[in-house]
Amino acid sequence: MKVNLKIWRQKDSKSKGKFIKYKLDDVSPEMSFLDMLDFLNEQLIKKGEDPVSFDHDCREGICGACGLYINGRPHGPLKKSTTCELYMREFKDGSTIVVEPWRSKAFPVIKDLMVNRSALDEIIRSGGYISVGAGAAPEANSIPVGKEVSDKAFDLAVCIGCGACVAACKNSSAMLFVAAKVSQMAILPHGKPEATKRVKRMVNKSDELGFGGCSNTYSCEFDCPKGISVEAIARMNREFFKSTVCKSKS
Amino acid sequence: MSNNRIKFTTVSQKYVMALAGIFLMLFLLVHLGINILMVIGDDGEMFSQAVKFMLTNPLIKITEYFLFGGFIVHILLGVIIQIYNYRARPVKYSKSIKSDQSMFSKYMIHTGILIFVFLFIHFFHFFFVKLGLVDVPASAEGKYDFFSMAVVTFQNPIYSAIYLVSFVFLGFHLKHAFQSAFQSLGLYHDKYTPAIKALGTIYALIISVGFAIIPIYFLFFYN
Repeated sequence: MKVNLKIWRQKDSKSKGKFIKYKLDDVSPEMSFLDMLDFLNEQLIKKGEDPVSFDHDCREGICGACGLYINGRPHGPLKKSTTCELYMREFKDGSTIVVEPWRSKAFPVIKDLMVNRSALDEIIRSGGYISVGAGAAPEANSIPVGKEVSDKAFDLAVCIGCGACVAACKNSSAMLFVAAKVSQMAILPHGKPEATKRVKRMVNKSDELGFGGCSNTYSCEFDCPKGISVEAIARMNREFFKSTVCKSKS
Repeated sequence: MSNNRIKFTTVSQKYVMALAGIFLMLFLLVHLGINILMVIGDDGEMFSQAVKFMLTNPLIKITEYFLFGGFIVHILLGVIIQIYNYRARPVKYSKSIKSDQSMFSKYMIHTGILIFVFLFIHFFHFFFVKLGLVDVPASAEGKYDFFSMAVVTFQNPIYSAIYLVSFVFLGFHLKHAFQSAFQSLGLYHDKYTPAIKALGTIYALIISVGFAIIPIYFLFFYN
């Protein structure tokens, strides 16, 4: 199949970027989207041109490294899939595909389609963890966790931190990410002691880093490759309320 | 973990927006309940009694201050949140977002601004007259004769058209606002959230259609 690509090219974070058009023949419908970009890069290298930079790692939908804004959708047109899980058969022969980086004040472009998503790591560093004393691993059955609770926590823990929620949100809000992490720990007994402090710190950090606020459009849920529900945001709002009205002991 | 300062975060802003919004939504129901009395065909008899009650009851007087507070907080905070959110994406996408999102939620600031413009026109016709800022229309018996003011205003097709269009936008705004307020307050439930969304649609319809009946009545059915 043939595809017309319109790809955002930007030399570095300080340069002004622009779209460059490329035409690709002999694209196999069985290629993944990232394979197709590799295929393009091979041809660019052969011509002595600078290849297109883009993030990728596991290429099996679990690491959260790949993330491209394809034809107006983070991770492209397929629901509940990452860019690496998107195949060229999803596009029509001869179609034009517009590829852009995630756009957010908190995600500065490093080069071309590659953005710096360390803002999400900073949110985690601000409180997205459970403090444990050093020592031997505790006995696994000493704290019972109900099946429903562990299932719910797992549904939230599947967040791979790709940033698609930020890319999809009209406000560039990271609230689905923050909410998934806050809720996952808040519902488990191990995370409860620090729950009130955690939510306050993570929300504050998200605001501080320049992510927008949530206005309940739910586009994040629609484009989350792991299908995390906005129920998490409601839970985070509840946790935040608790953290504001309940005085923390430490 | 240190640093436990309470800040006015985006989540706190949403709480305040939701609470002010719920208060305004309750007010709209009361407002409609009184205004609809104009169309029952008694030449505003019942309506005038209700107006008299509203003007003389001290509790209503106190609530009026809260109502103004609610409006100011909701409008100002809405604008502040929007500016903050615009700034969170300095470089826009060339292809606009195609993710599935409710049309109503996407255009809250736009419908909000249109409702604000409408509010000013509405105040000009009624509330400012009561305050003495605008002259009482010749047909009205005084600055509290709202029924005569309504007749004058709504028998003007241009004003009636402005009112009708505004109620459509108000309906759009409320359609999202109702369920959004619950979500912002953290009230989400697998079983009840779909019911809240349906209730929000019904509420938006009741308010927008209910208010729209009044100009239609005066324009076409009142002699």
